[in-house]
Amino acid sequence: MCNQAVGLVAAELERCGISTVTIQLLRMVAEKVRPPRALWVPFPHGYPLHAPNDREKQQAVLEAALRLLEDQSLQPPALIDYQPKGG
Amino acid sequence: MGDLSEFPLRYKLFLKVYQWRRIDPVPWTPLKKRVRECNIALVSSAGFVTPGQKAFDDAIRGGDPSFRDIPSEVDVSTLVESHRSEIFDHSGMRQDPNLAFPIDRLKELNRSGAIGSVNRRHLSFMGSITAPGRLAKRTAPQAVQRLVDDRVDAVILVPV
Repeated sequence: MCNQAVGLVAAELERCGISTVTIQLLRMVAEKVRPPRALWVPFPHGYPLHAPNDREKQQAVLEAALRLLEDQSLQPPALIDYQPKGG
Repeated sequence: MGDLSEFPLRYKLFLKVYQWRRIDPVPWTPLKKRVRECNIALVSSAGFVTPGQKAFDDAIRGGDPSFRDIPSEVDVSTLVESHRSEIFDHSGMRQDPNLAFPIDRLKELNRSGAIGSVNRRHLSFMGSITAPGRLAKRTAPQAVQRLVDDRVDAVILVPV
């Protein structure tokens, strides 16, 4: 349900002129709800930034999200698999 | 990993028959400047509240669609997580709220010059909302207006 809720907020943000990137934990939900620009991460529910108290892993997810924001080749709805930089 | 196999059978069946709300058409705002020049905000659906804020209401049928402002200067260790779902592991984000509300990481990105600025406030929802009509029609537009007023350029949204 969380994946749907943030997708709906992302859609409202984009309608109002604010770019978004939405982390998604369930690919099935992302495909059905269609948030505008989504990063699918292969982590368990409750762990969207990968691991607690691990600055590097958390930072890597955020950096991947920011790369999607700058990718002008994407078309809506964009659903991209998480790949750590250099990974 | 985040797939249906994590969940109890009754919840898997619920998710299979649930009528997901399809975004159609999909709105799209290309980023107008480089990320390193952008003012960025977070939206979390982990149900975090600051000390003194009203907790999300578990009793609202279909899920509590309200939201809370979380100021940038918050000490994440003081955030209280009040997500109502019992079907996933909450222990990680209780140890470290950055796992679902990465404000400390965002500030580090700002200090390193990777982003232009961290917005003065962020938004917290409790994402277990099975009836999202009130969210889509009422509270999401109210919440988004705050970020429009703040001249936010981009938002990172984090579910749990």
